[in-house]
Amino acid sequence: MQSYPLPYTVFLERMKTGDLPGLKCLDCSGYVIPPNAVCPECGSSELAQHSFTKKGILKTFTIVRVGPAGFQVPYIVGLAELSEGPWVMGNVVDIDPATAEMDLIGKEVSIGYRLIANETGEGPDEGVAFTFAIQA
Amino acid sequence: MREVIVLGAGMTQFGNSDLSQKEMFAQAAIEALEDGQVKARDLQALFIGNVLGGFEEGQINIAPFLASEIGMPMNAPATRFEGACASATVAIRHGVLLVASGVYDLVMVGGTERTTIMGTALATRTFAMGSHSEYERFAGITFPAVFGMAAHLYAHKYGIPLDQLKRSMALVAVKNHHNGTLNPLAHFRKEITVDTVLEGPMIADPLQLYDCCPFSDGAAALVIGAAEKFRAHVSKPITVAGVGQGSAGAIYAHRDITRVRARETSIKEAYRQAGIGPDDVDVCELHDCFTIAEIMAVEGLGFFEFGQGAAAVDRGDTALDGKIPINPSGGLKAKGHPIGATGAAQTYEIVKQLRGECGDRQVEGAKIGVVDTLGGDFSTLCNLVLRRN
Repeated sequence: MQSYPLPYTVFLERMKTGDLPGLKCLDCSGYVIPPNAVCPECGSSELAQHSFTKKGILKTFTIVRVGPAGFQVPYIVGLAELSEGPWVMGNVVDIDPATAEMDLIGKEVSIGYRLIANETGEGPDEGVAFTFAIQA
Repeated sequence: MREVIVLGAGMTQFGNSDLSQKEMFAQAAIEALEDGQVKARDLQALFIGNVLGGFEEGQINIAPFLASEIGMPMNAPATRFEGACASATVAIRHGVLLVASGVYDLVMVGGTERTTIMGTALATRTFAMGSHSEYERFAGITFPAVFGMAAHLYAHKYGIPLDQLKRSMALVAVKNHHNGTLNPLAHFRKEITVDTVLEGPMIADPLQLYDCCPFSDGAAALVIGAAEKFRAHVSKPITVAGVGQGSAGAIYAHRDITRVRARETSIKEAYRQAGIGPDDVDVCELHDCFTIAEIMAVEGLGFFEFGQGAAAVDRGDTALDGKIPINPSGGLKAKGHPIGATGAAQTYEIVKQLRGECGDRQVEGAKIGVVDTLGGDFSTLCNLVLRRN
């Protein structure tokens, strides 16, 4: 039996080394991030490790004014399309939420990450959020 | 597969309740039994939607307690279904399928939920559990935020100025609040204006407070059975003509979130089973958890072309006297949203509409109705098509 191709704990450790880790489908050449057991496009489990380029386009966003406990509002949540194709959810950083307008959509972003301690909530002790830095 | 009919329907007042989830359910269930003129001891199974009972009242394994509460026999299995806000519709679909396939002749389906007892902090934390717990949650995603992102993408994709889209969204809230004033069981029963919406506090841009449905308490239940055995048992049997359910992954995997793909596959199957298309539908209760969600849903269900939902609202096409009346009950927006009970309450409304029992909010001559319920961030979608005999 094959083991899970890229478990969360391994994903997190590779993020911490500066990598943007994911998978590449050996059957359809599709890219997978965040990790999935099989290729979402073709269902293949023939997946190889891949390091993403950390470049993308911001496709949409919102400014969260009422958030879960532990999150300082306001902050921006968005979806970015990576240059390899997949979309990821993350936080637009280095922008004052008060100045965020519709023209953010379509801007080039650089993908990073933030580690978030999860002391009181359910699940893992440490969480990761992608960050999107707008490129001038 | 055998024809399945709804014999009886019951529903509590929606809003803030002093009753427990079990007590609310019992009230709705006993009303449904009396409406269907059947006894609890004759029920062969219970299928119940309940999402956060463990957090709300410290109650898991609620289904057998509910069955016991209303006097169902011990040999009738009682099972809880959890598909976030679509839980009750998923429970109903499974009950329908097991009657259609001949396993049971007479069952109860429904949902119960008491969200308001959690308080805002726990409610916000637990509602967010519908998102991907590793790869979305730590971005601080919330349900309003998902639909805020969908609204921004909708405006961008279709080239609609954001101010114009927000006005159309506000008109959804105005319409549903108006319908709610005509529904004695609705959580909110007051008219609002476009200005009420546009002057409200911002929740997740561009969604303001009145773009969002409330947390509510409530329960609803239905008795369903095999038509071949029970058609003559009640004066107005309503046929479940088609059911559908779609399942999809996390938000990031959807990419273009102006369309809920699980809805498109679910409703296609429900229409196919019923042998109808969207133009045949007379009335619809759909998942307006946020105003933009109603605009997206009227497109996904095929009532309007993609990108035309906002304009349809502007024209009044979705009003009670419009081309396709949407959410005559007031919807999640005004009737309220007790998450695990919502799908059962939508079904209750469609049954009452098709029977012609809705008073001032009655859609005249309604013969075919659709139920549409969304669970989680676009990941569970369940539809029912009901028809008057």
